[in-house]
Amino acid sequence: MRELLLCPPDYYGIEYEINPWMSRARGADTPLVQAQWKGLFDTLSKLDCQVELIPPRPKLPDMVFTANAGLTVGRRFIPSNFRHKERAGEAPHFAHWMEEHGYEIVWLPKNLYFEGEGDALFGGDVLFCGYKFRSDINSHRAVADILGCLVISVELVDPRFYHIDTCFCPLPDGGAVWFPAAFDEYGQSTIRDHLRDLIDVAPEEAAHFSCNAVVLDRDIVLPEGAPKLVATLRERGYTCHPLPMTEFLKAGGACKCLTMFMPQREKAT
Amino acid sequence: MFSETVELRGHIIDSLILPKVLDQILTRGAGFKIAEIKIGQKRADQSFARIEVTAETSEALDELVLRLRQHGAETVERADIQLAKAPEDGVFPHDFYVTTNQQTFVRFDGKEIEVRPAMMDSAVALDRKKRAARAVKFFDVNEGDEIVVGHQGIRVVPVQRSTSHTDIFQFINTMVDADEPKSAVIRELGQELRRAREENGKIAIVGGPAIVRTGAGEHLVRLIEMGYVDRLFAGNAFAVYDVERALFGTSLGKNPDRAFAGGGHENHMRAINIIRACGGIAVAVQKKILTRGILHACVEHKVDIVLTGSIRDEGPIPGVTTDVFEAQKIMRKKLADVTHVLLLGTVQHSMAVASMLAPTVKTVCVDIDSAAVERGVEHQPLQSIGLVTDVEPFLRELVECIAKPENASREK
Repeated sequence: MRELLLCPPDYYGIEYEINPWMSRARGADTPLVQAQWKGLFDTLSKLDCQVELIPPRPKLPDMVFTANAGLTVGRRFIPSNFRHKERAGEAPHFAHWMEEHGYEIVWLPKNLYFEGEGDALFGGDVLFCGYKFRSDINSHRAVADILGCLVISVELVDPRFYHIDTCFCPLPDGGAVWFPAAFDEYGQSTIRDHLRDLIDVAPEEAAHFSCNAVVLDRDIVLPEGAPKLVATLRERGYTCHPLPMTEFLKAGGACKCLTMFMPQREKAT
Repeated sequence: MFSETVELRGHIIDSLILPKVLDQILTRGAGFKIAEIKIGQKRADQSFARIEVTAETSEALDELVLRLRQHGAETVERADIQLAKAPEDGVFPHDFYVTTNQQTFVRFDGKEIEVRPAMMDSAVALDRKKRAARAVKFFDVNEGDEIVVGHQGIRVVPVQRSTSHTDIFQFINTMVDADEPKSAVIRELGQELRRAREENGKIAIVGGPAIVRTGAGEHLVRLIEMGYVDRLFAGNAFAVYDVERALFGTSLGKNPDRAFAGGGHENHMRAINIIRACGGIAVAVQKKILTRGILHACVEHKVDIVLTGSIRDEGPIPGVTTDVFEAQKIMRKKLADVTHVLLLGTVQHSMAVASMLAPTVKTVCVDIDSAAVERGVEHQPLQSIGLVTDVEPFLRELVECIAKPENASREK
């Protein structure tokens, strides 16, 4: 059974602006935040997985986005080195929690920015890593050194899709859901080279963070607002669970950003 | 060209990072050379590439490297130059770096500085405050000047074969021997000189007395009149023969217009005396004493005349610089902006000029002696052509090609 890490949104709010979605003038509606997060928690809990919770910390509003805690492969946890100082405080809490739960902590050199599962997703036997807005490409090399697997680095070109998990979601059948325009032509080309049966998401649906989905075998938990994608996925035999995510979208996050796999893979190769 | 070496590591082949980086270099008008590449053998193996990036300006290079860093390119730290102080005026420190005539850069404080001018057989003096590197001769160096020693931190960039176009200098094989056809080459040279003039290039003639003695002077006069000569470099003898020919019809007693001409062996001495009496060539032209010939045409058409002397000189005629080091300085100064040089029928003067040229100056050397031609062109690889021939038919044909380009194009 898959294990997932979530963080309750007790301190969540739009307290700074570090991506184009965030505006302090457009704050989150607290009751709605709680309801939407609980909707995700409840949905995941009913599926074939075990949900763990890390205690939230005051003054770290984005800790709710656990996908950016780091990358877990087997019993090893590579903590993030956040690019923005606003989020840097999250790293020791996540590392401490993971260590307490028996994971070996493998830090990257401090000069390499890396934002965890948000920018590192396995598709087939390849780890696809996004770079430019948040993670440095050289962090990918360090991750490849640690894991010993093929790491494909793809450049993200649209600031709205600043992490790879906002525009790319690998599927267990070897394909992926993606929004091609979020990548440069070389990134698009290499993704096409390595994955078959890619599902292109329409721009208006991508804008609802439809790619930011949690995939648990044949179940896919994704934000509302992507009827075409849901129809396509259903045709492929997936069960979709669309959820309202408006309050988290205000911070540039949705279902996948709120979730980290422990581990994402048992083995890197 | 300014250069930086960058290294890429990781899954740069599968991720298409290597082709992306190379494309970015090219689309920004810069160039690259892959100095080393190691491709991973197994799927998870990482690859490595060391790439030398070159750009026209230091700023363009900095901006490009900054962009490449985004894609993981890391700059390779290179060592700075080593410096030592000149122990006294006119003496370089032991182990000073001796320049070639190729474009040279020295790395100081992590930045490359171009050595100016590109001048062979010099040392390199560094001015820390101005962040400038200067090629200096013995007479230029003062006690305490900081001079580059050893080879560390020095990069020499040989002139590359052009990838965008092929001109006559890169197309033919440097030397056209006495028994090889020359008309096509001379036609191309005519076009090259026309282009040079249209693009505000500066054309210099380095002339030997053979030009006057073979009767080629009238062709050179036409070249001057058509505006194809900006500067004339010659020795005292050239000037004397030209004046003798203008005043007496002979050059060193021989009349190029007649098969047999007697007497006149003293004419060159009389010619020198007349110019000395006038006070100089320009005055002789002004007083209408000198009314024809090459130097007359130069004065009339405001061509810079640079006359330098030698041990064998008679006279000399006024205007000839006889101090050889002073002459070197003047010649270097007058050659600084020259783009095309024709070395015609002179060995010593041609070699002196050739040793002072920047490597990009296009050079044509014409002499009846193939050894002289070889020595004239050896400093300018890919930028020079040598023709082993009498200078008179060469100049005659060149002037015809330039005067009547339609003939040249019809024959093509």
